Order: sequence, then C-alpha cells, then structure tokens
Amino acid sequence: MIVKILGTGCKKCQTLEAKVRDLVAVNNIDAEVEKITDIQEMLKYGIMMTPGLIINEKVKSFGIIPKDDQIISWLKEV
Amino acid sequence: MKNGVLKLNRNIFLIPAILLPLWFLLYLNLENFAILIVDSLMKLPQGNHLTSAISFFIFELPKVLLLLILIVFVVGVVRTYFSPERTRKILGGKKLLAGNVSASLLGIVTPFCSCSAIPLFLGFVESGVPLGVTFSFLIAAPMINEVALVLLFGLFGWKTALMYVSTGLIIAMFSGFVIGKLKFEKYVEDWVYKTKAAHPEIEEAKISFTQRITSGFDAVKEIVGKVWVYVVIGIAVGAGIHGYVPENFMASLMGKSAWWSVPVAVVIGVPMYSNAAGIIPIVQALLEKGASLGTVLAFMMSVIGLSLPETIILKKVLKIQLIVAFISIVAAGIIIVGYLFNLIY
Repeated sequence: MIVKILGTGCKKCQTLEAKVRDLVAVNNIDAEVEKITDIQEMLKYGIMMTPGLIINEKVKSFGIIPKDDQIISWLKEV
Repeated sequence: MKNGVLKLNRNIFLIPAILLPLWFLLYLNLENFAILIVDSLMKLPQGNHLTSAISFFIFELPKVLLLLILIVFVVGVVRTYFSPERTRKILGGKKLLAGNVSASLLGIVTPFCSCSAIPLFLGFVESGVPLGVTFSFLIAAPMINEVALVLLFGLFGWKTALMYVSTGLIIAMFSGFVIGKLKFEKYVEDWVYKTKAAHPEIEEAKISFTQRITSGFDAVKEIVGKVWVYVVIGIAVGAGIHGYVPENFMASLMGKSAWWSVPVAVVIGVPMYSNAAGIIPIVQALLEKGASLGTVLAFMMSVIGLSLPETIILKKVLKIQLIVAFISIVAAGIIIVGYLFNLIY
C-alpha cells in the first residue's frame, strides 16, 4: 500500500506525516509512506487545503489532521 | 460498543448547553470579580500606576479569553458548513464585481490557513474563478479573522469591530476588482494555466451535527491553544502602557494632526508578522493615549492582512509584478481607510 502526505511544509503537514509514520510502524502495517511537497504533483489530487492524506491514490482527508483511530481504520480497510 | 458511541454522541450536545449559561454567568460578573480581587484580596492602593495596570490586566484578560473561546467555537461550527470546494463552486460562474462581493464575504467563513494559500489559489484559478475574484478571497480570508474580531469587540466595543469587518470587506472587494480590471492574468506563472488540475469529485462526507460541535471544540483547542500566550503578553504590555504611559503621549506620533502617520503605520505594519492576538491589546492601549483610530486601524490591517511570509509563498505561483501590484493596491486601500477614519472621528 502507498500512503502519500501532501503538504508544503506547514506545521500541520509535518504533524500528520509523523503521525502516519508512527501509526504504520506501531500497527505493523505494510505501507510505504511518502511526503509530496511538489505543488504540481499535489494538484493532481485536486485538494485545496493541506495537509492531504492519500491512500492508494484515493483522497482520504484534507485540511485536517484526522483522529488516530480514523487513520488506522483507513489503513486497515485496504 | 455501538450503544456506547451513541451515548457519547448524545452527550456532546449537553456540553455546550451546560457551558453556555456558565459562560454568561462568568462573563457578566467579571467586573465584580476584578474589583473583588484588586480591592479586597490584593488590597492595592487606589489611583497609582501599578494598581491601574493590574486592574486592567485582571479585568481584560479573562474577558478576552472568554470571548475568544465562545467566538472561536461558533466560528468552528459555522465553518463546517463552508468547505473550499463549496466556495469554489459558488464563485465559479461569477463575473467581476458580483464575484468580488461574494468572494470577500466567503473569505470570512471559509476555513483558511496561510499555508494552504497556494493549493487554494490554484484550485480556484484553474477551475475558472476569475483572478480578481480569487484575490478578493485571498485578501479577505486572512484579514478578517475571528481572533482579531474578538479582540476588537472585547477591547474596543462592537462599533470598532463592525467597522473593522466592513472596511476589511471593502478593501478586499476593491483590491480584487482592480486586479481583475487590470487583466493581470499574464503575471501568473505560466504553468498555472497550462496544467489542468484534476477535479476528482472528492466525496463530501455528510457531516452530522455532532461532528460539527466536535469541530467547534477542536477549533477552540487548536486556536485558543495557540494564541492564548500572545493574548496574555499583549494584554500585559497593554496594561503596562495603560498604567504608566502618560495621557496624550501618542498624540504627536500617531495622532490626527500628524498627516504622515497613516502611511508610516502601513509601511511599518506590512513587514511585521504578528498575529492579531498580540498586536491588538497594545494598539488599544496606544489609542487610549491619544493615537487616532484611523492610524491604528491602518496599522492593524497592514500587520494582519498583508503578511510577508504569505506573500513569499505566493511567489511560487505569481510573477513579481503581480505580487508588487497586489501589495500596493491593498496597502493603498488600507491607507485610504486610515485617512477616512481620521477624517470622520
């Protein structure tokens, strides 16, 4: 599974990235976490608020830092 | 398990229902509390500088914090009704002027943070929202923010708060309209109009009322958690000025008679990047010491509305000519507003 965090480097984006990496490691989920900072790349997903959370090319959330259990359930449903 | 969740959800309605009367009880009795503390508990002598500063602090700080919590909560709930997607759809078909008006108004209620300025700008422009209309939004969104509004209301009263919102709106509409009329599209970086952004229908999840209430609480936690330090520092400095700086001290520097005070205030204000929470209590204290409202308003707007970091971020999508034009037009708008208020009051 490929997880992408879209963000330009604001505080929220860094928080989300750290959180996702942490959750993936703690729950032993087989996922590759990538951080996307390139704006043109971000545009492909059509989000207008950062950070964006993309799991297997699907936009799961944007503009917010989702709750831990919400992220875990997204990671596990794939 | 499911029952447990339901119960919790139902209870969340109760929290604001209980807290709200409590809030009013506290808020309406603040002055009594402050007098009680200063006179009876601390037994400070009346009429000296220190007492004056301490009473100011003890009364103003809880007042502003209480207002902040309530308003940030309400705004947090209201914002769940306005997503950027929805705002973009509303603005998509709009022409100039009507578009500038609605963009400025939507700028107040749409959730916005300056780190999202670029994706938002691109999202708007590429889906066909006119450049001038997009700018109206980008000017109104940071300029009219709830923290500034609370502080203005709490420290100056509703008239100044209302004036701030309306002049902010007028500047956003006017500047966006001018940028639109000048046909500045050519100064947007070339790739912006070339790349076609994908607009996959991001499923707009149905939000329950419970979730909206939760967002309100989240907003309080996030925003109040971030700005309370600045509020405390700002009010402390304000209290110091209130108690120690002589009356009319500022009159010669920031008073009406000093014609140059408005542009100077703006020039100093633009590169300053302070949040509203820290700047407004200081500004209020200055006003009391003889600075004029127009000058102070101009200073505040240039600090809050035009921030250098945000402008630097925009460099990624705008050519330098447009950035310069953007700053000058908004600054000109602020200066006009400053003079106008100095003239009226």
